[in-house]
Amino acid sequence: MEERKVNYLLAKVVEMKKITKVFPGTIANDQVDFDLEKGEIHVLLGENGAGKTTLMNILYGLYQQTSGEIFFHGEKVDIRGPNAAIALGIGMVHQHFMLVENFTVAENIILGNEPSKWKGWKLDMEDAISRVQKVSDEFGLKVDPNAVIEDISVGLAQRVEILKALYKGAEVLILDEPTAVLTPQEIDEMGIILRKLTEEGKSIILITHKLKEVLSMSDRVTVIRRGKIVNTLKTKDTNVDELAEMMVGREVKLTSDRTEKDPGQVILSVQEMVVKDHRKLDAVKGISFEVRAGEVLAIAGVDGNGQKELVEALTGLTKTAGGKVLLCGTDITGAKPRKVIEAGVGHIPEDRHKRGLILQSTLAENLILGYHYCPPFARKGVMNYEAIYQHGKTLIEEFDVRTPNENVTAGSLSGGNQQKAIIAREFYKDPPLLIAAQPTRGLDVGAIEFVHRRLLEQRANNKAVLLVSLELDEVMNLADRIAVIYQGQIVGVIDGKDATERKLGIMMAGGTLEEADKEGGTTNEGKTS
Amino acid sequence: MREKLLNMWSVLKLPLIAVLVGFLVGAVCILAAGSNPVTAYVALFKGSLASIPSIGETLYKVTPILLTGLAAAIGFRCGLFNIGGEGQYVIAAISTVAAAWYFQWMPHFILVPFLLLIGIMAGGFWGGIAGILKAKMGINEVITTIMLNWTALYLSNYLVRTVLNPATILGSTPRGHSVIVPEVARLGKLRDVIPAFGFSSVHSGIFIALGVAVVMWFLLFKTTLGYEIRGVGLNHQAAEYGGISSAKNTFLAMFISGGLAGLAGSIQMLGLVYMVNQSTELPGYGFTGLSVALVGLSHPLGCIPAALLFGILENGSRQMQLAGIPKEITAIISAVILVFVAGSLLLKYGSNWYEKQKMKKQGLKQGSPVMDATTKGVE
Repeated sequence: MEERKVNYLLAKVVEMKKITKVFPGTIANDQVDFDLEKGEIHVLLGENGAGKTTLMNILYGLYQQTSGEIFFHGEKVDIRGPNAAIALGIGMVHQHFMLVENFTVAENIILGNEPSKWKGWKLDMEDAISRVQKVSDEFGLKVDPNAVIEDISVGLAQRVEILKALYKGAEVLILDEPTAVLTPQEIDEMGIILRKLTEEGKSIILITHKLKEVLSMSDRVTVIRRGKIVNTLKTKDTNVDELAEMMVGREVKLTSDRTEKDPGQVILSVQEMVVKDHRKLDAVKGISFEVRAGEVLAIAGVDGNGQKELVEALTGLTKTAGGKVLLCGTDITGAKPRKVIEAGVGHIPEDRHKRGLILQSTLAENLILGYHYCPPFARKGVMNYEAIYQHGKTLIEEFDVRTPNENVTAGSLSGGNQQKAIIAREFYKDPPLLIAAQPTRGLDVGAIEFVHRRLLEQRANNKAVLLVSLELDEVMNLADRIAVIYQGQIVGVIDGKDATERKLGIMMAGGTLEEADKEGGTTNEGKTS
Repeated sequence: MREKLLNMWSVLKLPLIAVLVGFLVGAVCILAAGSNPVTAYVALFKGSLASIPSIGETLYKVTPILLTGLAAAIGFRCGLFNIGGEGQYVIAAISTVAAAWYFQWMPHFILVPFLLLIGIMAGGFWGGIAGILKAKMGINEVITTIMLNWTALYLSNYLVRTVLNPATILGSTPRGHSVIVPEVARLGKLRDVIPAFGFSSVHSGIFIALGVAVVMWFLLFKTTLGYEIRGVGLNHQAAEYGGISSAKNTFLAMFISGGLAGLAGSIQMLGLVYMVNQSTELPGYGFTGLSVALVGLSHPLGCIPAALLFGILENGSRQMQLAGIPKEITAIISAVILVFVAGSLLLKYGSNWYEKQKMKKQGLKQGSPVMDATTKGVE
C-alpha cells in the first residue's frame, strides 16, 4: 500500500498509557500502551479473548480501567461513560448493530438527540433528514435518510452506524469486527469509505482478528495477545505470516494440505428441498445438491441466506416443507433427529452453546450425547457410568481436549476445547456424512488449524463432508466444490480450484456463475494473501 | 476423596446456611414478639423430636411432602415448574377412595398396591394433561397446572357430593365427605407393630416414600430416561440435537411428577385420612413440595432431609404454641429459608451471568435461573 503523506501524522489523538483492566479471576488488559495518530487507520489485532474489545470498551467509557491513563489530544481525560466519550468525539460502531429495525435511517440517527421545532413540542423531521443527508454527502456514505432499516442490506446498515457516530461529531471512530457480516465486495467498499474518512481528518481504530483486512486497510497495526501488547508496527513493513505468529505466539500454517482425490459414490443427495423459517416463510427454496464420499462440499454465503434452516432440516431439527433427502440411497426426509443420527449423520452445530453442548452437564456426559442409549454406555435403559467415564478419558486424550478431567462441566472449557469435544463426539460415530456448520466460528487460529485438519482427515478416510461456512478462506481452503447460497437458493456450484474471492463474492451477492466468471476473471488475486 | 467432600460441601452449604439464617431470623421475630427464642426452639424440637411418638408424628407429616417434593424435583430437573401437585394430589385422593370402596372385595395385599397404582395413574394422568399441552402446543405448564388444580378440586367436590357420598352409596343422611376407606384397604400403622409409637399416626407410607426417593435418584442419575430428562431440562435444544425428543420427555416428566404427587394423595388417604372432604381450598401439600424440592436442590435424596425439616417445623409448631409462642413463627422460618435458597440460587445465576457476559459469549440462555442452579452438579 502506498504511503500517504500526511503532515499532521505525528499528532496523537488518543494515547492510552499502561492500561490495566482486571476482571475477577482474569487480567483482560495488562499494562497496555496504545496510541492513535490523526488521520490514520490503526488496527487492533488479536485472537478472541485477547483483550482488544475490552481495551476499546475502556476508551469508549463502557468499562473503567483498573489503572492507567488516557490522553485525548494530549490532555488527560477521565471517560466515565459512553456519553463522555461521545462528548469528546469518540464514536464506536459495535459488532452487533444497534438500530431500530422499523425506523428510517434518519430516525435512527437522530435518536436521543432529536431536532425539534415549536419550542420542543414537535420533532423537526425535515431538519433531521437534511442534516443526515449533509453528513452522508460530506463523507460519501451514500445513505438514503428515508430508507427503513429492515429493508436495507447489512453493508448499508453498517454505514448507517458509522453515519450515526459521525452525526454525533465523532472524530475518532472505533469499529468492532466490522467485516464479520460483509461480503468481500462490501468489505472493499468499506475500505474505500474508511480511507475517505481519514482524508477528511477522522482517525479510525479497527478491531479485528482477520489478517487480510489488516494488510488491505490499515496504516499501523497493534497486535495484542493475552491482554498484553506484542508489538505495534507499520502495516507496510509486515506480512500475514509475521502477524499470525505474533497473534498466536507460535508459527501457524494458514493453508491446509489437501491431496488430490477422486470422489466416490453419492452419500447425500438433496432434491428440491424447501424449508420454512420460524416466520413460516420459505428460507430454503428448492435446493438440490449431492455430496460424494471423499469429498468436501462447501455451502458458502452471507449469513442469513438459509444456511441455518438447511442444516437444521437435514439433521431433522426442523421440518422439511418439500423435496427429498437421501442418505446412501435411504430416504431420510423429515426423519426425527435420532433417526438421522442412526442413519449415519454426524453434525457439528453452528451454535455450540445452544445446540452442541449441555454446558451445565459434565464433559463425560456430553461426550455421549446422541448415542447415550447405545451399548456400552447404556443397557436396557440403565446407564453404565464406568464406560461413560472411560469413553470420556479416551476421547479427551485422543482429541487433545484441554481439561482437568472428564468430570468438569462442559461450560468450564474454553471455546476451542468445547469445539474439540464436539468434534471428538461426532467423529467417534465415524459417520458416512459429517455436516459441519461454521465449525471454526469464534475459535483462535490454533484451534482452527485443528478443526481443518480433522475435517480433511474425514475426507481422506473416504467420508463425505458438508461444510457450511461464512469464512471464504475456510471454504476455499477445504472444499472440493463450493455451492453458493443466496436467499435460499443455490446460485451456482464452482470447483474449489477455480474459486476466487471475487467470484464467490459476486455470487454471494446474488450474481450468477456466468457473471462471476466474466467479472471475476481468471486471476486468483483473492487467494494471494 | 477430599475433593469429593469439598465438592459436596460447596453444594450443601447453601441450604445449610439458609436453614441457619432462617432460624436466626425466626429468633429475632420471637424476640420482637416479646418471648424467649430459646424456649421457643426448645419447644419446637421437643414437640417434634423429643419422644418416639412425636418423632412418629413428624414422620407422618414428612410422608406426603416428601412425595410431593420428589414430584416437584423431577419437574425442575426437566425444566418444568409443576405447580399442579395440588390438583394431582386431589384427583389421586378421590380416585383412591373410590377404588378402595368398589374393590374392597380384593385381599389386602393385592388391594393396597393396586390402590397406590390407581393413585399414581390418576395423578400421572392429571399431570400428563399439562405435559401434553406443553409438549405439543408449548402451553406453559404453570398456567395449565394451576387451572387443573381448581378443576381437580371442584371435580372432587362434585364427586363427594354425588356419587361418592355416603348418602348415595349407603342411603344414610348426606354428609360433607365421601365414603370411608374400608379397613382392608388401609396402610398399617407403625404403632401396631411397635407400640412405642404410641399416639402417633405414622404409617407404612413413610417407607414407601423413602423407597420412592431412592428409586427416583436411580431413575434420574442412572438411567437413560433420567439422562434425557436432565438433558431436556438443562438445554432442550442440545438435547434435541442429540436425538432426544424434548416433547416426549416433557410429557414423561410431567406424568412421573403427577404420578408422585398422586401417590402422595393415595398414601394420605390409605394411611390416615380415609376419606375426601368437601373443601373450598387446596390441601397445600403440592405447594410445600415445591419448597421441599427447592431446599433439597432438586435432588431426590436431598428431598429427604428437606422434607424432614418442613415436617419438624410443622409438627413442632403445636408444642411451640403451647409454650405461648405464636405458631406462625414456623411459617416465618420456612419462608426465610426459602427466600435464602431461592435468592442465593439467583445470586449464583447472576454471577454466572456476569462471567458469561464478561467473556462475551452468546446463546447462553438456558432454562430458568432457579432450575439452572438447582440442577447443577449434584449427584
